[in-house]
Amino acid sequence: MSKTISIDGQSVPFEEGQTIMDAALAAGVYIPHLCHNPEFTPHGSCKLCTVKVNGRNVASCTMPAVEGQEVLNDTEELNADRLALTQMLFVEGNHLCPACEKSGNCQLQAVAYYLGMMSPHYNHFYPQREVDASHPDVILDRNRCIYCELCVRASRDADGKCVFGMSGRGIGSSLVVNSASGRLGDTNLAVTDKAVQVCPTGAILIKGKGFTVPIGRRIFDHYTIKQIQTGGGPHE
Amino acid sequence: MSERKIRLATCSLAGCFGCHMSFLDIDERLFDLVELVEFDRTPLTDIKHCGPCDVGIVEGGVCNAENVHVLKEFRKNCKVLVAIGACAINGGLPSLRNNIDLWDCFQEVYQYEGGLEGGVVPNDPELPLPFDKVHPIYEVVKVDFFLPGCPPSGDAIWRFLTDLLAGREPKLDYEQLHFD
Repeated sequence: MSKTISIDGQSVPFEEGQTIMDAALAAGVYIPHLCHNPEFTPHGSCKLCTVKVNGRNVASCTMPAVEGQEVLNDTEELNADRLALTQMLFVEGNHLCPACEKSGNCQLQAVAYYLGMMSPHYNHFYPQREVDASHPDVILDRNRCIYCELCVRASRDADGKCVFGMSGRGIGSSLVVNSASGRLGDTNLAVTDKAVQVCPTGAILIKGKGFTVPIGRRIFDHYTIKQIQTGGGPHE
Repeated sequence: MSERKIRLATCSLAGCFGCHMSFLDIDERLFDLVELVEFDRTPLTDIKHCGPCDVGIVEGGVCNAENVHVLKEFRKNCKVLVAIGACAINGGLPSLRNNIDLWDCFQEVYQYEGGLEGGVVPNDPELPLPFDKVHPIYEVVKVDFFLPGCPPSGDAIWRFLTDLLAGREPKLDYEQLHFD
């Protein structure tokens, strides 16, 4: 008999070594997340996937599943926390959806839609961030970076290149590029690299593809991120 | 006995009037709307100042001193204040200038760009004082409801208005909630 945990009263099976997030995704249970991607080592930084396990808040993407855990996920309290975290991500960067090519395919936006975000609520930082258009095929717009480090992980673990890294701490953090000039055009990044594909927002975009699919006909225009990430919607 | 009509005011601050255009996209439902509401200050009536109203709808962010005066007039007079569109909610496209020095902006527009007579930055006391950054309206006054979109569709606006006017908490369907 397989081991199980309970998520919102639903019995969810798991195998030894799986996290709560792994078990949930395998069972088609949606736990909102941004920095997690099942293809890469969990990072546990965005905290959107926070669930309550036996009365304590934990990041479900890093917490191992253990027999008998009582997990609360889709509750009013946790979703309110997730909404607040999402709003903070919006005001800490410069997320202007109408001016962004990722709009409609953006996971940050999709999570905001899912959580019913009607405004960013907090005062905007309007930080000064650099745009790097030096690469012939890829543009890096740090205004939209949420520091999930998926590009860092993908470049290091999948592409074996270490093109991206993080510098600084806290509000002074920034996404840096591993070349003497600090410019993307001076790295060996290729447009086919995994690091270019994994960005959940519009921080890393492929050039020359603008509006191939018009606004209004994009994934999250019609499907919730819950439908997409639990396999209920169309696959890319 | 006829019930008093709901008094509605609208304005556009640092916006493009796109939300107002989308409002007109409710088309023949405008006839249903005027059965329920009476317009105060709005571009439709050309009334210049807002009187006591039940609902005020504000498009656009705050980019200069005049925007603040109008916004405060709306907040003072409207029982319920609604922010409509991306600009009112997060600054929108006008806030793209937030990371550019204001004087650099002026020089680019009035001095370096061709086609403008004289090549000087306007400095008439009649002109409202611009701010160094564009802000959403909720950073200046309390806002009761938000209707996102760039612009929100006519259907989203109609859904929002019919909910609000019926005394319900406005709620959009998934496909009506858009930031773009």
